[in-house]
Amino acid sequence: MQTSTARTAEQFAQRQSLAQRFAEFIDPHYVIADEETLKPYECDGLSAYCEEALIVVLPETVEQAQRVLQICHAEGVPVVARGAGTGLCAGAMPHSEGVVLSMAKFNKILEIDTVSRAARVQPGVRNLAISESAAPMGLYYGPDPSSQIACSIGGNVAENSGGVHCLKYGLTVHNLLSVQFLTMEGELLTIGSEGLDSCGMDLMALFTGSEGLLGVVTEVRVKLLPRPERAQVVVAGFDNVTKAGDAVGEIIAQGIIPGGLEMMDGFAIQAAEDFAKAGYPLDAQALLLCEVDGTNEEVDEHIAAVEALFHKLGATSVRTSQSEEERARLWAGRKSAFPAVGRISPDYYCMDGTIPRGQLSHVLLEMQKMSDHYGLRVANVFHAGDGNLHPLILFDANVPGELERTEEFGGKILELCVEVGGCITGEHGVGYEKLRQMPAQFNDAEIVQFHELKRAFDQKELLNPGKGIPTLRSCQEYRSLDMNITPNATVESQQDTKGATHG
Amino acid sequence: MADQTSQLIEQVRAAADAGRTLAIQGGGTKAFMGRAIEGDHEVLSLAEHNGIVSYQPVELVMTARAGTSLTELKAALAEQNQMLAFEPPVFSDASTLGGTLATNQSGPGRPWWGSVRDHVLGVRLINGKAEHLRFGGQVMKNVAGYDVSRMQAGAFGGLGVMSEISLKVLPKPAMQRTLVTECTEAEALKLMNQRAGEPKPITAATWYEGKLYTRLAGAASAVEAAAKAWGGSDLDDADLFWSTLANQQHEFFNTEQPIWRLSINSKTPELNLEGTKLVDWGGAQRWYAGEFDWEQMVSIAKLSGGQVSLYRGGNRNAEVLHPQAQPIQALQQRLKASFDPSGVFNPGRAYSWL
Repeated sequence: MQTSTARTAEQFAQRQSLAQRFAEFIDPHYVIADEETLKPYECDGLSAYCEEALIVVLPETVEQAQRVLQICHAEGVPVVARGAGTGLCAGAMPHSEGVVLSMAKFNKILEIDTVSRAARVQPGVRNLAISESAAPMGLYYGPDPSSQIACSIGGNVAENSGGVHCLKYGLTVHNLLSVQFLTMEGELLTIGSEGLDSCGMDLMALFTGSEGLLGVVTEVRVKLLPRPERAQVVVAGFDNVTKAGDAVGEIIAQGIIPGGLEMMDGFAIQAAEDFAKAGYPLDAQALLLCEVDGTNEEVDEHIAAVEALFHKLGATSVRTSQSEEERARLWAGRKSAFPAVGRISPDYYCMDGTIPRGQLSHVLLEMQKMSDHYGLRVANVFHAGDGNLHPLILFDANVPGELERTEEFGGKILELCVEVGGCITGEHGVGYEKLRQMPAQFNDAEIVQFHELKRAFDQKELLNPGKGIPTLRSCQEYRSLDMNITPNATVESQQDTKGATHG
Repeated sequence: MADQTSQLIEQVRAAADAGRTLAIQGGGTKAFMGRAIEGDHEVLSLAEHNGIVSYQPVELVMTARAGTSLTELKAALAEQNQMLAFEPPVFSDASTLGGTLATNQSGPGRPWWGSVRDHVLGVRLINGKAEHLRFGGQVMKNVAGYDVSRMQAGAFGGLGVMSEISLKVLPKPAMQRTLVTECTEAEALKLMNQRAGEPKPITAATWYEGKLYTRLAGAASAVEAAAKAWGGSDLDDADLFWSTLANQQHEFFNTEQPIWRLSINSKTPELNLEGTKLVDWGGAQRWYAGEFDWEQMVSIAKLSGGQVSLYRGGNRNAEVLHPQAQPIQALQQRLKASFDPSGVFNPGRAYSWL
């Protein structure tokens, strides 16, 4: 829905001049300035939003990346850092007048510390590659976003990525030890340490999930965990989502924290089963996948407890994986839910709100009403353990007006999430996509505070501008247009509006 | 139990308008940490701003006013068989949640169960412009906006007054057992790192005066199996041992000497320092009591991949937290200014330059 505006002669000249300067210290093959080669970089995993970059560069050393930033800082040129481009919020969508700084060539695992269980890696290393390298030592890296075969650790840091094992093993922020990054001015900083904490305010927490607005990651030290002896998954069907939702609460009330706890609704079950032939019960209206991991003894004990609980709570079917192969097959349905849904619809749009689990039935019911209202089908895939909901809205972009209706529907879902005490994004990030919903979650004073915090890192606001945090002016416009809810804190002070000119 | 938010906001506004500085205080039990606050200041007390705002055991989420005592939180959780898994030190019944987060205090289970910041889901914060802001939320996953909530950990109140904090809470483990192994520090360090690399339900590893204490927690069968595999004698009164250690009432802390805390790479060999010592966090936290040279301690911490703080005692007017690289120092000053432009909160408490 973003179309590149025609470039002025001045912009073409700037492209030429910057390309020449970058080519002085970066292999000219990796300084991309022609429209055809720029094309693959025009979006991330959310292809609804596209923009042509002025230039894409792929430096190979920290010094080269540093010089790119120094030049852009001096010239006032925006910079968008990019990892594997698998993000789902248009956070890595280029700036039309800016440079895309691809970190794809930083793909080395620098060190695996088997004794203190940590890995030091470059930002372009794929998430799964870390676990693969650590596997011979019986170790792995915890967070496992669905895109883990492709997504890079630098991008994981930028987005604070989650995955299906968050409830037990945490998000990216819980699994990092230190980060080395370049500021917009090209200064190389290290935060965190090889210890578990550092003195003073927690910059690691602040930097993680900052969506490329505060710095460009050049090196990461992650924690590694011992691989559990065993994992088994119990798959249970229920004849309604409320029962399945209650079952989730009951498992946790019993003191069991499953490694993964996922829910799918009837529509998603159908699509996944048709696609992956996982053996899901097609008569179920809700499906729970509960994975228990740990020592052999622990898994035996917890699996028995979970099975008994599902039976007690009226599950229509209960099946437990008896082999690694069966476990993989049962998960395959869930993991391919997105492409499976993609098969039954020309396009789909994935949302990412988080809600308190107790609100699940209410939210699903309200979403059904909206689905009827907009005339668009919706399938639900849910990280049930931590309340992270992924409604997939099915649409056809070739039908005039359908994309716009989908966007509006999606926006309403996120506002609903905030209304029930949740948030607009659990793991995908705000990026460009969810700017419009930010004022539903934050008031003006909070937005201003975010901008001021950003300027402490990036005075000229050149790093990934126009993402993550909306301008104050746009917040006010959104609210006056169609906001029917008040952001979560009342505006106690409206007098400060100096942020309006920034962002 | 009272909500004093509006009074707190008023006090901040009045101080900022009059150019006065404020010392934020909860129960005052952590006054010995950090630096002495510089210059004349008035106390902003959160002691009366207390009470649990909401607690939903099934959601594993608790929200409480910052001045709520840890004792109250722990009692409410215990009724539901849940806990604060970061095992904060309870110095007395006056110790508060806000102070725990501001000073980033976590107990022996920290390497396995996570720190206080790991359990924070959201905060409400009064900044230096007397604006009451909300960051994060009450759900497990929330990546909208910068993570200002967890950023408060270790900030010593320099970014604002936390009024309310939401936390992830966890069920208590079904069973706990503590194994005692007699060994030297060097042997203990080796064993701690080795055990932490095994997929067993370890939740604490501490060495003190020739004894390694390994805590196992989880499903009964798993705890039994791990205990059998690792061996060692069972510790009676294990709960008392761990709570005494978490609350820093262990005999190591019973000293008039300055206490130093090194947060370093867990595999760092035995340090060449004379003095009483206690190794915790599976080797990643080393406590020393004694008169040491600041520069020497900083250099040892750096060589060990970590940081040092003069935790208690000694000269509280000098720096007591590990020095920061110049650009990081400048960055922290700009961040402080973005929250607290006129420098109202806790000037110099964390660092002389902050």
